[in-house]
Amino acid sequence: MTALIELEGVSKRFTRKLDIAEKIVNVFGGHIREQTVHAVDNVSLAIDEGEVVGLVGESGCGKSTLGRVIAGIHPASEGTVKFKGRDITAMSSGESKEWALQVQMIFQDPMSSLNPRLRVRDIVGEAPAFHGLVTSEELGAYVDEMMLRVGLDPSFGRRFPHQFSGGQRQRIGIARALAVRPAFLVCDEAIAALDVSIQAQVINLFMRLRKELGLTYLFISHDLGVVEHLSERVVIMYLGRVVEVAGTEELFAKPNHPYTVALLGEVPRIDRRGQAFMPIKGEIPSPLNPPSGCHFHPRCPHAMERCRVEQPALREIAPGRYSACHLNDQS
Amino acid sequence: MVSNTPTLQVEDLKTYFYTKAGVAKAVDGVSFSVAKGEVMGLVGESGSGKTVTGFSIIGLVDPPGKIAGGRILFDGEDITSADGERMRRLRGRRIAMIFQDPMMTLNPVLRIDTQMIEAVQAHDKVDRQTAFERSRDALGQVGIPSPEERLKAYPHQFSGGMRQRVAIAIALLHKPDLIIADEPTTALDVTIQGQILYEVQKLCRERGMSLIWITHDLAVVAGLADSICVMYAGRIVETGTIADVIDRPLHPYTHGLIGSVPSHNKRGQPLAQIPGMAPSLLSMPQGCAFHPRCPRADDKCLVDPAMSTPRRPDHRVRCFHPHLEDAA
Repeated sequence: MTALIELEGVSKRFTRKLDIAEKIVNVFGGHIREQTVHAVDNVSLAIDEGEVVGLVGESGCGKSTLGRVIAGIHPASEGTVKFKGRDITAMSSGESKEWALQVQMIFQDPMSSLNPRLRVRDIVGEAPAFHGLVTSEELGAYVDEMMLRVGLDPSFGRRFPHQFSGGQRQRIGIARALAVRPAFLVCDEAIAALDVSIQAQVINLFMRLRKELGLTYLFISHDLGVVEHLSERVVIMYLGRVVEVAGTEELFAKPNHPYTVALLGEVPRIDRRGQAFMPIKGEIPSPLNPPSGCHFHPRCPHAMERCRVEQPALREIAPGRYSACHLNDQS
Repeated sequence: MVSNTPTLQVEDLKTYFYTKAGVAKAVDGVSFSVAKGEVMGLVGESGSGKTVTGFSIIGLVDPPGKIAGGRILFDGEDITSADGERMRRLRGRRIAMIFQDPMMTLNPVLRIDTQMIEAVQAHDKVDRQTAFERSRDALGQVGIPSPEERLKAYPHQFSGGMRQRVAIAIALLHKPDLIIADEPTTALDVTIQGQILYEVQKLCRERGMSLIWITHDLAVVAGLADSICVMYAGRIVETGTIADVIDRPLHPYTHGLIGSVPSHNKRGQPLAQIPGMAPSLLSMPQGCAFHPRCPRADDKCLVDPAMSTPRRPDHRVRCFHPHLEDAA
């Protein structure tokens, strides 16, 4: 089976250009350099059709940037992104349009991703009408169908986004994404801003839609509980690099990378009582100036000399399981 | 650990907001007590009145809000009607509050040392040097490396987790008897949240400090607190020890909340969801506020249920149809 989305050595860098004052300083012999952030650093990943992949990491680790590269919002600085086996930079305009419609994104904050001046039926109906997926006579019925599908009453179509609650707004965002009949959804912290009881409703909606429409998901979240519940495979990122990839059950049962071990130990669980919290030392370093070698070594309890110098490669340690840690070479 | 007078006793607290659209009963008859050294979790969704409860205790309810009834006893003293001067002496010295957003607590144009020394000298007549040393020690206690240098920094030079530590250090300056923490880790990463929980847990154990931890995250409370109060639409619907409430919840709302938390033993299956959403405080349903969303509701629920203790004396619930059957 060919992968739906395939990334090969994808990097994304953001560079801040020098302003005029800094350029003048450089003319007079200053040494101000452009600052570059390696938001995503050499990531390779394949997502099969129908799969649900969770992407986990702390804030600033590049998980949202990776999601945006996959969804085509940011172009990759290096590496190739393939959709159904075809390189997206080498696509004809027809293929490129198909790709753009097939991959849709759902954002964290539903209020800032919905136009406050449009009525819901226009928000949901704009894209399918523009792309000619439905005729103008069918549009009304089509929008109603989309709203029903995400559990919204079609009679709310004339309302504006501010007249809805947070959970309902997120449903509007999902309906808008579904309206162009995508195959792949990138959900960037799609439920993080919702209340617990509403979160459960939206998680259930995602699972139902997957069953009904055969969707593929990339689920970006910092909440390990949600990722564990939804995904089949989990990708852990740290400072722009993928440190571990594994099937959900294996990962939660036997994490390999020290960062994953620490991350799992941190998660408060409802079934863990009076737990003694044992923190990971330190904080995530600035991506402007990442540590040498393995990015995790300043916080790692098992760090050795080698970790300071050499970047560990992401190696297959068991079938379908990848981890980037020097410790795996020793045993 | 438990002495006879609880550190804090709240009796039938009512905080109403008198708005143009009507009276919003943000807190409507809340009672609980916190013993010395006890960690209490106050859990609820947004709009359930948990933050307003915290603000009422520390006397920070702004108009159009008003404490409309009930009593707040702090160490036996009624502080509900205490004047501004009395509250100023208590606030910061014996009751401290930690807010969700540390950027709101810290003044962005003052260095950390200025802010901390000011806080020390506001309550204790000590010289600058002593105040400086106390600030430095407090920062060290919450796990900030090289506190002497960091005191000279401005708030924006700290990361989110570090800022929250500074806010906690300021709350600890006067070794208060009670700390009210309003969602202090919600905006932080899991690893940073773990570090903060670790520090707070250690401080409570070492100092015998009482703590009210306001949050929407049941999992955090389950690991940290001794007892728990679950709020819904301005009322406490269930209260008891962590073991009672989390393992054997009585109220259908608590039951639903716990069922809706994703966990590993339910992987891939639909979560038990609570239908609908929390009611607006301006148009509350008649009787039990939860009945329109409740699977067990019947005609009886149109009357307001009182607190009862159907299973154990310290496990109280506000419901006519509590979940008694799954008491194993």
